[in-house]
Amino acid sequence: MTDAAAPDASPPARAAAAPGRWKRWLLIAIPYCWLLALFLAPFFIVLKISVSDTVIAQPPYEPVLDLSQGWQGIKDWWSALDLENYSALFDDELYLASYLSSLKIATISTLLTLAIAYPMAYGMARAPKSIRPTLLMAVILPFWTSLLIRVYAWIGILNPDGLLNAFLLWARVINEPLYIMNTETAVYIGIVYSYLPFMVLPLYASLEKLDETLLEAAADLGCPPWKAFWKITVPLSLPGVIAGCFLVFIPAVGEFVIPDLLGGSETLMIGKTLYNEFFLNRDWPVSSAIAVLLLLVLVVPIAIYNNIQAREIGDKA
Amino acid sequence: MRKGLSGVNIVALTFGFAFLYLPILLLVIYSFNASQLVTVWGGFSTRWYVSLFHNEQLLEAAWVTIRVGLLSATVATVLGTLAAITLVRMGRFPGRTLFSGMVYAPLVMPEVITGLSMLLLFVAIGLDRGFITLALAHITFSMCFVAVVVQSRLISFDRSLEEAALDLGCTPFKTFFVITLPIILPAIVSGWMLAFTLSIDDLVISQFTTGPGATTLPMRIYSSVRLGVKPEINAVCTILIAIVTTGVIIASIATKRAENERMKAERAAAAGR
Amino acid sequence: MAKAAQKALGPIRRSFAPWLDPSAVPLIRFENVVKRFGDFVAVDNVSIDIHQREFFALLGPSGCGKTTLMRMLAGFEAPTSGRITLAGKDLAGVPPYRRPVNMMFQSYALFPHMTVAQNIAFGLKQDNIGKAEIETRVKEMLRLVKLEAFGARKPHQLSGGQRQRVALARSLAKRPKVLLLDEPLGALDKKLREETQFELMDLQQELGLTFMIVTHDQEEAMVVADRIAVMNHGKLVQVATPGEIYEQPNCRYVADFIGDINIFDATVTGAEVGGTRLKSAEVGADFVAAGDASAVAGTEVALAIRPEKMRISTEPPPADATNVLKGEVWDIAYLGDWTTLLVKVEGSEKIVRVSRANMTRSEARPIGWDDKVFVWFAPDAGILLAA
Repeated sequence: MTDAAAPDASPPARAAAAPGRWKRWLLIAIPYCWLLALFLAPFFIVLKISVSDTVIAQPPYEPVLDLSQGWQGIKDWWSALDLENYSALFDDELYLASYLSSLKIATISTLLTLAIAYPMAYGMARAPKSIRPTLLMAVILPFWTSLLIRVYAWIGILNPDGLLNAFLLWARVINEPLYIMNTETAVYIGIVYSYLPFMVLPLYASLEKLDETLLEAAADLGCPPWKAFWKITVPLSLPGVIAGCFLVFIPAVGEFVIPDLLGGSETLMIGKTLYNEFFLNRDWPVSSAIAVLLLLVLVVPIAIYNNIQAREIGDKA
Repeated sequence: MRKGLSGVNIVALTFGFAFLYLPILLLVIYSFNASQLVTVWGGFSTRWYVSLFHNEQLLEAAWVTIRVGLLSATVATVLGTLAAITLVRMGRFPGRTLFSGMVYAPLVMPEVITGLSMLLLFVAIGLDRGFITLALAHITFSMCFVAVVVQSRLISFDRSLEEAALDLGCTPFKTFFVITLPIILPAIVSGWMLAFTLSIDDLVISQFTTGPGATTLPMRIYSSVRLGVKPEINAVCTILIAIVTTGVIIASIATKRAENERMKAERAAAAGR
Repeated sequence: MAKAAQKALGPIRRSFAPWLDPSAVPLIRFENVVKRFGDFVAVDNVSIDIHQREFFALLGPSGCGKTTLMRMLAGFEAPTSGRITLAGKDLAGVPPYRRPVNMMFQSYALFPHMTVAQNIAFGLKQDNIGKAEIETRVKEMLRLVKLEAFGARKPHQLSGGQRQRVALARSLAKRPKVLLLDEPLGALDKKLREETQFELMDLQQELGLTFMIVTHDQEEAMVVADRIAVMNHGKLVQVATPGEIYEQPNCRYVADFIGDINIFDATVTGAEVGGTRLKSAEVGADFVAAGDASAVAGTEVALAIRPEKMRISTEPPPADATNVLKGEVWDIAYLGDWTTLLVKVEGSEKIVRVSRANMTRSEARPIGWDDKVFVWFAPDAGILLAA
């Protein structure tokens, strides 16, 4: 080096391609702050209110943590911290039953969705290339239609005097109307129907990528088709299965519209209980406590799902 | 390997698509039913559509829905695009994991939780519930969907295009608007459409975050639906389905046609080298 | 030795060797340039001088740091330490959009939403040049790359070869001081690639510009470049003319990387007039190598010999032949112009590659499979290298 004392004016890596440092931070800060303020911060408020006392007022809770009193306020809050809303959740069988029933319904309907979606996705992936975009479109289209409308469509079908019973009675398959409406069965139908696209799409994505020569190689090596399906197609589509199951399971656990409209009063689901606690009983602290517990149940699956998503980007980026 | 579809595949597809479309189809058909009774076909009629246009409440709700949809979709598209750029382009920065978590979580977060938490935020900061809170809530959840759509386009974006622009003397700022933005524009447009649809379809989050004077169409539909099936609701739903379906199909045909033309040109170019 | 290499070149090139002139001022200087990505050292203390009007090639396997070196000159990466100067000016801190250097990208990076003409005009527009002049320049560039009729087309309406020419025209439109070419022909098929190599050389001569090309294809580098820099693991291994690189590799790596070569591990046993005596335990034979006679007995060395510089025969060689090996034909590869014979040396596992020009139109081979053969070469045909 001719001039060992040359000033080290080395700009940051990729300096040239990226905007200036403060611009970069500004760019990150806008969406970041928005989500912090409107997505993350609210959870802490929920947490806070879940340990507040219920009062009949507007808003119908007594804030326990008063930050305007500064440090003293925080100390008061800590000493007055009580989990009575949470203990209420465990004392009242309704809540526990709602949780368990939500998990059960979500699990069963996820499996049912998988059972229907897999053959569909497989059929789509094996369809001639020319009609695949159309089939894909046909799967996505209902997803753009309001969930409410799609659930509403089932009311007209499943009602005791609805179209399904009318048809079955006319066809003399049954002599008495089936009572599907306002049962868990109706909820299963509703969830499977509403979330089917969420399952089909990731499955299709992983099945479509599957190199057909792998199956040819398996056949060439003496593997019969059904065995090749189990040994090759299924394992390779597993990422799609996992992604699809999370995409169905997580929102299904907290689903409100479907159990509310199709499940009737007998079906307990936590989302519905929360909604009713909030809008009918106007008990904000208890509904907040339910939300916190629901989130705790879902935090693991959501974290796994986020991890899968992030890894997907990492692989591609 | 067999080309085309085997019998099992055809059965699976037929059954699957029938399951997806039959309920919607029945809903649409019965919106033209002259009879008040849902199961009895009383002949073709558009009376429910006519009566819709005299239902002030519904029209009012529709207007609110459209305004919230336009506003929230537009803001969400800007924020979502920024979020996507942050995720794909900004490399590592402190809090990146938290950020990506906040982008993906709303996609699967139960709506009751999102709705409740936002409502409590609005109450905590003393913001009167109404049009503004509704729009803020819609922006927040739909921006994440926009972010995912735009992000997937950005991942496949060839960075050397931007480098080429810089190399030819274009500043980074200008490069973004002259090169990057036009190329990812289709993804941004579909992000906007998705955000708009999510907004006009949303019920639960709206229920929590809205206030007097800002009742949306899904909220009106919901309160009627709770009282049972009505032909008039079928008609509203049919209109909504028609709008969304037309929009989506036009968009997909447009992209497909562009794609086809491109492929044709590429083939022609390859043949006549 | 440099003179010998130049003899093969045309009349213009013979006189072009500014790197031999100590008073010549280089256009581009890399001075002790280091680039680290985290723990990984992509470019390790590289110093190169590149002269005006030179066609300079960076050659090496993928991941050897050649692209990083070029991207530092373009301004897409900043050196961790060291200095890059262009026409005497330090480039540190100068963003790519202010450097008088243009690059042709491996992927061509043609803007898909612009026509061919708009692509070519893009760089000129950034300089606020008048509309009329831009138009003239675009036309001129289109003519230069023989795409006059394609100005209104979009990139996806062009064939691969046409796209390559648009990319070239676009990067030349601003008349940069240096044109950087990042694997410019990698996406073309072999025949088109060879044609384009000659076009590139003509263009460089015609425009009188300095070209710097990055490639992993040694043949391409040999065809187009005035000088080649061979890189490996971020380090510069040898900088020399194609002829020198091929005939006088300075180390085992370069010898092995450029073309085919046989390398024998050997030990120095003594010296004689103008040469060195060696013993190779590997093939159980004695060798004589011309050149450097200063090697100390007992030193481990390598003797490298190109396949075309060896002779092969089923008959014993003349009595005065040196460096004789006995063996058996193991395999024969007929390549049309050449035939390559793989010979297994008697009493060892070593396979030696020998090539013969096929000078007659005859399919009958004088040497066949499993034939016992003799292989020999002159003392000055081999290259003595450090082990």
